[in-house]
Amino acid sequence: MTRFLRWTASLVLVAAANLALAQGLTVFAASSLTDAFTALAQAFESAHPGVHVTLDFAASSTLATQILQGAPADVFASANPIQMARVTDAGLQAAPPTPFAGNRLVLVTPRGSSVSDLQDLARPGTLLVLAAPQVPAGHYADELLHAAEGVYGTALVERIRANVVSREPNVRQTAAKVALGAADAAIVYATDARGLAGVRTVPLPDALQPAIVYPLVVLRGAGHADLADAFRAFVLSAPGRAALADYGFAPPP
Amino acid sequence: MRTRLPTGLLVGSGLALMVLLVLPTLALLARAARPAFFGALLDPTVATALRLSLATTAVSLAATVLFGTPVAYLLARTRFRGKALLEALLDLPLVLPPVVAGLGLLLLLGRRGLLGAPLAALGVHVAFTSTAVVLAQLFVASPLYVRSMKAAFRSTPPSLEAAAVTLHASRLRTFRRVTLPLTLPAFLEGCVLTWTRALGEFGATIVVAGSLAGRTQTMPLAIYAELERNLDAALAMGAILTLAAFGLLLLFRRLTRAA
Repeated sequence: MTRFLRWTASLVLVAAANLALAQGLTVFAASSLTDAFTALAQAFESAHPGVHVTLDFAASSTLATQILQGAPADVFASANPIQMARVTDAGLQAAPPTPFAGNRLVLVTPRGSSVSDLQDLARPGTLLVLAAPQVPAGHYADELLHAAEGVYGTALVERIRANVVSREPNVRQTAAKVALGAADAAIVYATDARGLAGVRTVPLPDALQPAIVYPLVVLRGAGHADLADAFRAFVLSAPGRAALADYGFAPPP
Repeated sequence: MRTRLPTGLLVGSGLALMVLLVLPTLALLARAARPAFFGALLDPTVATALRLSLATTAVSLAATVLFGTPVAYLLARTRFRGKALLEALLDLPLVLPPVVAGLGLLLLLGRRGLLGAPLAALGVHVAFTSTAVVLAQLFVASPLYVRSMKAAFRSTPPSLEAAAVTLHASRLRTFRRVTLPLTLPAFLEGCVLTWTRALGEFGATIVVAGSLAGRTQTMPLAIYAELERNLDAALAMGAILTLAAFGLLLLFRRLTRAA
């Protein structure tokens, strides 16, 4: 028994030591950046041998809350300035945030759906899914619907709002509800629609598009300030921007 | 006694786990116990979520008792081929990750789901409604009730029921006056476990029912959403759920000791 306990204790110690050694750069990035930042991190790792980038993707609002509660992130890439401001208002930045990308909103519907523009969402019985209001994608969708009031009238937009059946925790889960065929439509970023199988993308008019800005910041007290700065510079570099463009991101507006 | 554990090690490691199990609850309650708590209780988000949680769990608990009791009785008193397989299937929701349960329910009840598609043709939509919330709670929580009651029915000697029948009690009367009182502690245990599990349901609910205030956003979902918006409200709801669960556990212990 004592031998077993000693053995267990040494195993725990070895595991803990491994965890301590395996530290690298930790990047917290908005859900919509999942594919682009996975590619960027791989390119960064191959340019910096021996460096391991740990990526954590979630709604920017979730990540901001985690950072405010002391999560050990070195870099934070948010899908809107509001969630970035929660972090910078607390003085957690090493330098002011930099905008690095833009995006557009689109409608996604299951293939074969009869929804072909925004007005179709007002039809009774349409199951519309948006991201939660505090999540950037949900906030932008609310802005888009607000702008639509001026074009289609308040009554129609109110009918669209009445068809919202869920406000999802992040934009990827919002899109997934359509990919699973459970919802009739979702308002997500153009970049989320690209990678989804079995869905149809319906573009939304320029006049309704909110200004979508992705800011990035190096956090104060980052474990690896030099690496974090290098990652920031890499995202903003020409190859970094080209990689973002490959995944459908626009330059920052 | 070739190898005896040193008492210090035994107490020390025991304490470590106890501290881990107790401290998070205390941290939550300590943080929530502030003047802001009472203000947060009046927050419409909290009231709406509380009302929805109470309503949906009341329905799912009633349905669990209504449908779960005969299932438990049949499983306890009958033997048939494939019974072990059926019992394992009925226990599966207990060990299934709730998100997986939600995905299964969505693929069954969603607009293009196995049952969802024919239902949609009839104009009935289940996914993303309060009904979906109740079904998610039933799926993850009712097996707890069935398990408790099954064990209780098994340990009730059929000879007692037989005796009642020979005294000209009807079968229903026998069940009511003999079987049920004997299974009362298990009934209470099953209800408490099922209710608290349903009250805390998150993973399956958010997948099959989504999250919409007043319709599908129960307390755990509201806590998750408010964590990013209004921490006081999230803390208040967390404290309510914790106190409710703790109160129910204490009440259950008293009741079973009395019974």
